[in-house]
Amino acid sequence: MQWETVIGLEVHLQLATQSKIFSGSATTFGAAPNTQASAVDLAMPGMLPVLNKKAVHYAVKFGLGIGAQISTRSVFDRKNYFYPDLPKGYQISQFEAPIVGKGSFEILMDDGSSRTIGITRAHLEEDAGKSLHEDFNNQTGIDLNRAGTPLLEIVSEPDIRSAAEAVAYLKALHSLVTYLGISDGNMAEGSMRCDVNISLRPIGSAALGTRTEIKNVNSFRFVEKAIHHEFQRQAEILEDGGKITQETRLYDADRDETRSMRSKEVANDYRYFPEPDLLPVVIDNTYIESIRQSLPELPAGKRSRFTSQYGLGLYDADVLSSSQPLADYFEVVAGVCGDAKIAANWVQGELLGQLNRAGGTLAKCPVSAAALGHLISRILDNTVSGKMAKQVFEAMWAGEGDADEIIKARGFLQVSDTGAIDAIVDDVLSANAAQVQQYLDADDAKRKKLVGFFVGQVMKLSKGKANPQVVNELLAKKLA
Amino acid sequence: MHTKSVAQLVKGLRERQFSSVDVTRAYLDRIDALDSQYNSFITVDDAAALTAAKAADERLANGTANALTGIPIAHKDIFCTDGMRTSCGSRMLDNFVPPYDATVIQRFKSAGAVLLGKTNMDEFAMGSSNESSFYGPARNPWSTDLVPGGSSGGSAAAVAGLLAPAATGTDTGGSIRQPAAFCGITGLKPTYGRVSRLGIVAFASSLDQAGPMARTAEDCALLLNTMAAHDPLDSTSSAVAAEDYTATLDDDLQGLRIGVPTEYFGEGLDTATGKCIDQALKELESQGAALVEMSLPHSALAIPTYYIIAPAEASTNLARFDGVRYGYRCENPTDLRDLYSRTRQEGFGEEVKRRILVGTYALSAGYYDAYYNKAQQIRRLIKQDFMHCFEQVDVIAGPTTPGPAFALGAKSNDPISMYLEDVYTLAVNLAGLPGMSLPAGFVEGKPVGLQLIGQHFGEARLLNVAHRFQRATDWHLHTPNSAKGGAL
Repeated sequence: MQWETVIGLEVHLQLATQSKIFSGSATTFGAAPNTQASAVDLAMPGMLPVLNKKAVHYAVKFGLGIGAQISTRSVFDRKNYFYPDLPKGYQISQFEAPIVGKGSFEILMDDGSSRTIGITRAHLEEDAGKSLHEDFNNQTGIDLNRAGTPLLEIVSEPDIRSAAEAVAYLKALHSLVTYLGISDGNMAEGSMRCDVNISLRPIGSAALGTRTEIKNVNSFRFVEKAIHHEFQRQAEILEDGGKITQETRLYDADRDETRSMRSKEVANDYRYFPEPDLLPVVIDNTYIESIRQSLPELPAGKRSRFTSQYGLGLYDADVLSSSQPLADYFEVVAGVCGDAKIAANWVQGELLGQLNRAGGTLAKCPVSAAALGHLISRILDNTVSGKMAKQVFEAMWAGEGDADEIIKARGFLQVSDTGAIDAIVDDVLSANAAQVQQYLDADDAKRKKLVGFFVGQVMKLSKGKANPQVVNELLAKKLA
Repeated sequence: MHTKSVAQLVKGLRERQFSSVDVTRAYLDRIDALDSQYNSFITVDDAAALTAAKAADERLANGTANALTGIPIAHKDIFCTDGMRTSCGSRMLDNFVPPYDATVIQRFKSAGAVLLGKTNMDEFAMGSSNESSFYGPARNPWSTDLVPGGSSGGSAAAVAGLLAPAATGTDTGGSIRQPAAFCGITGLKPTYGRVSRLGIVAFASSLDQAGPMARTAEDCALLLNTMAAHDPLDSTSSAVAAEDYTATLDDDLQGLRIGVPTEYFGEGLDTATGKCIDQALKELESQGAALVEMSLPHSALAIPTYYIIAPAEASTNLARFDGVRYGYRCENPTDLRDLYSRTRQEGFGEEVKRRILVGTYALSAGYYDAYYNKAQQIRRLIKQDFMHCFEQVDVIAGPTTPGPAFALGAKSNDPISMYLEDVYTLAVNLAGLPGMSLPAGFVEGKPVGLQLIGQHFGEARLLNVAHRFQRATDWHLHTPNSAKGGAL
């Protein structure tokens, strides 16, 4: 049987607030255990939560970013369960009345097709602490630094149909939230954690199959692998005539498998009810509008502007708009050199290549956008060849100076002087008389190849400095 | 000295008739001599109290004194006190020393008041007799065979026994007013949100409210002046500005409209108690108030409604007592489940466990709508009843309790009959209104409390009515025989 995968994702996004959602403790990652836990975070008797307004602001920003309904009245609820890293014995979350309602956004696939993924809701909640099972002699250590960190749980509709779409969705989401500045999106530090709901159904069937939820999948690659694995597992069960158990499974990256986490008999009843220690969150349209006014241009808008304003292809526009700093960088390069397409090629090719090799970020890039733009303009005005420019770029990366200094210092100035090139062309043609004869006897296709050969020889003799365009012109004249 | 009211002590301190150390030592000596009768205090730290008294005397001397500087005040052991054990009447917190003060405690400290000690209470404020305390019941100074009421029974007994000039309590369903009535003192539960809940061990968050307990309405006003304020760290604290609650105490009662709800005078009200209340109402009428008969039709639903909402909130408020971070932990737990279940089994008493179970049940999937949601709907109806009445009247008056204090042990095995004790007080919490109890006579030597219920943030009016009543009567000045011995 041919199966269709139906996937819905729940993303827990850590909001980039300075302090926790209900207390004044800092949220910095990596502090010594329990140094960022106040009496509120420890759930000491009599302590009360006070809502961090910035968290609300960020949630609204997200909602506007996906064109969602923003609730002018949302309510915090208590989700009750016992666990040692949940100090109060309940998590403050939003259940019946989340702050962000239905919305959607578009994802772009590698083949250029696009899909719209629905967002069911997004709600604010607090994170739990961490249980540390190592180094405690068979006991468990509790670190409550993370307890109370603000999270926005973003729940998608079951609109995703493949692992590739799931990854595209997550990347688009990552791009959106970093554009909005509401999260650092750092998956390695747990700023974006993903639960995958997945079920299979025969292709063509409208009914949804029984789903499993895979918890704690914390990188794009693991999402892809976990979905592949779970697809195989479910498909095998279904093809053997079995039934899927609705359950929570854990993805084990080391073994590349999912395994059951909770069995049915301990099915949780969270006894949700409105949190009496907090008032409903009431916001008005003026507040929402002021946030809407402050929204930056978002990835989708930027992508389409890049195609229309710069004439870029969809793929290039998508890559270049995937992060705000990259998009900004590209626009400066394009502006300085005046040719957006060449700018796009250089940014995606040389620049991102170097960054990847160096493992750096754009913020720490040693070549400024203006400097790169200037280098490209030196290609455009024939000061330097494209090939030479790559060496210039590497020298710039190494901190040897700006493009003009390096071109001069290394003698990379391109030779466009017809006289000088003319002599070299003559030398090449007389040294390769046999090839010249072949050329004269050959058809068009073969001639093209031979021209390439002659150009190569000229470039070699000129140490790469001859202007290829001039060489081509001269060759055409002399071989005619 | 111990028979003086807070207002009189304030005056005496200002006039240097005596020092705060004198006053504080006098009360510490009385506690030492007499509290074995009442068991009204759980923790007293003489040295700390005297140190605070000395500091207060310095402020009195150098002119930086505030309204309550130098006045010793007892606090219910539900208010967290920095460096002093806060047990909440439970084994669970028997070893718990908070590293912070409740906002109320902080405000008393900055006003210069002396923390006299921490008073006995029903465990986690759950009870109407003080019998659920891990530290044994407090006893009623009018007869030590009687309960002092609860849950703020220790505070009421301490004030009635003249072991403290004033005390604080908390009231979730009557826990200030009922013990005030049983012990013959004056107690005020303010409007929900008037006094910060921060640092008060939570019982039922949407109902809990702290208030003053003293012998006179004037003293309650003095204490409320210090307690009432917006607290940005308590999201349910009201931004409505607090007033000077002493400013209108003496206003006359001409034209005051007092609502008398028929439901509070029907079956279940002890006849002799009812007569005392009738007398008290006549006194108010004689001062120019008009009595208006009225109805609170949903009154009968207050008990079942309260006993869904309060346990539901309590069941989750008390989830933090898990033996992991502080408080009681069972010995040698074998695993996590064992740690949780034995810690809670051993650390909580019967009444607390009963309410956790009831509350957990009421919130469970499949029962939530029938219980919790329904209770919230009825809560709104109960509030509406009051709002309708307040379109016609300024305050509502009636008995605080169906009868006077009962004997220790009389109801301890019958939770339902214990719950019925709060029949006239619960609705006030459900509606978030301010309520008071003040002495209005005696039945067979046992005090009777008159309850006054005000409009939201109408504390000043309640205190005014109570003060005018106390100017014309002396019920609040009677002293139990058991308190007449001892120092000074």
